[in-house]
Amino acid sequence: MHSYIDLLTVGASVGGLRWPDMLVQLFFFIVLLALVKKFAWGPLMNKMEEREQYVANEIEEAEKSRADAEKASKDAAEQLNQVRAEAQKMIEDAKSAGIKQEEQIIESARKEAERIKEAAQADIQNEKERAIQALQDKVASLSVLIASKVIEKELSEQDQEKLINEYIKEVGEER
Amino acid sequence: MDHDNPIVHDIFGIPGADLNLSNLLMTFIVSLIVFVFCVWGSRKLQMKPKGMQNFMEWAVEFVRGIIKDNMDWKTGRVFLPLGLTLIFYILVSNLIGVATVGTVGHTLWWKSPTADAVMTLTLSAMIIVLTHYYGIKVQGTKAYFKTYVSPVPLMLPFKIVEEFTNTLTLGLRLFGNIYAGEILLGLLVGLATSSIFGFFGAAIPMLAWQGFSVFIGGIQSYVFVMLTMVYMSHKVSSDH
Repeated sequence: MHSYIDLLTVGASVGGLRWPDMLVQLFFFIVLLALVKKFAWGPLMNKMEEREQYVANEIEEAEKSRADAEKASKDAAEQLNQVRAEAQKMIEDAKSAGIKQEEQIIESARKEAERIKEAAQADIQNEKERAIQALQDKVASLSVLIASKVIEKELSEQDQEKLINEYIKEVGEER
Repeated sequence: MDHDNPIVHDIFGIPGADLNLSNLLMTFIVSLIVFVFCVWGSRKLQMKPKGMQNFMEWAVEFVRGIIKDNMDWKTGRVFLPLGLTLIFYILVSNLIGVATVGTVGHTLWWKSPTADAVMTLTLSAMIIVLTHYYGIKVQGTKAYFKTYVSPVPLMLPFKIVEEFTNTLTLGLRLFGNIYAGEILLGLLVGLATSSIFGFFGAAIPMLAWQGFSVFIGGIQSYVFVMLTMVYMSHKVSSDH
């Protein structure tokens, strides 16, 4: 209890307006403020501001490059589509050209065949006619010859037959 | 417990000029600690902060947050060094007396400077003077004096009284908290040194009280800076 009362008196003595204390405190505080402002807070705040700037720049740059990339990819997609369409068109063109050519070839082949066939038929006809003509001529002359021979020799029926056969054979061989 | 303060009376032969040498010593030590700590913490600054730089930047952000709560950052940014220095200075002042109280003989040399009402009132008076200075600087003389008579001239006496109460409350709150902490610590130390039973009886309360004092020291330094910025914003913001 005694010490407690002592303490209270110490507490009372703590008060009192000691202005030199104030001046000392003010002096130290202001000096401290000036020093740490110059050596600690100044550089620290500068650095933080610099970093803020840097981060802002980086973000801006990143956004810019992202936009660029987006644009590029869009361009690429567009180009790809264009190329694809072109390729499709080329294929279709080629297909239709192929079909057309095929038809042409078939058509011309058919025509050629037709022509060849007609020519062959004409040849055959010609030849046949010529052969018939030749045969007719031969038969006529032969019959005249046979008739004259028959008449000349007054051949027996047997001989006549033999002669005719002979001539006919002759004609056949000649042919 | 009859500790005396190392007071030098009538320095330089000026009557009434009493200097408490303990305060002189402790303010110097606290200033030195704060200076060394802050400069050590903010050397070798890098874009990618490491170690101490992180802590210092956290402190800067913390005080910046206090300022931003009270005023817009454009006018408030000049107070950042002040707020930072204050918070470190008061925090170190508060904590330096929690861990140790040093006496030489019966003279109390080593204690918290903030456990002295003269010191805390000096700080608070300095803050109030600064608020007036910045009030005039930011708002202009005319607008500054106009705040005393707005919204009605009847407010003038209250406004003037408010400045003094602000000074007193700001200083005495800090003083009271820290001084009470030191008194109780002193009592516990007295109990612990009185007898072997007293030592064991005092050990656990002392541990708890020291922890609590650290907490109080942190809170009070925060409150001091917070109120500084509140008063500052009253003076520099035109919308108040």
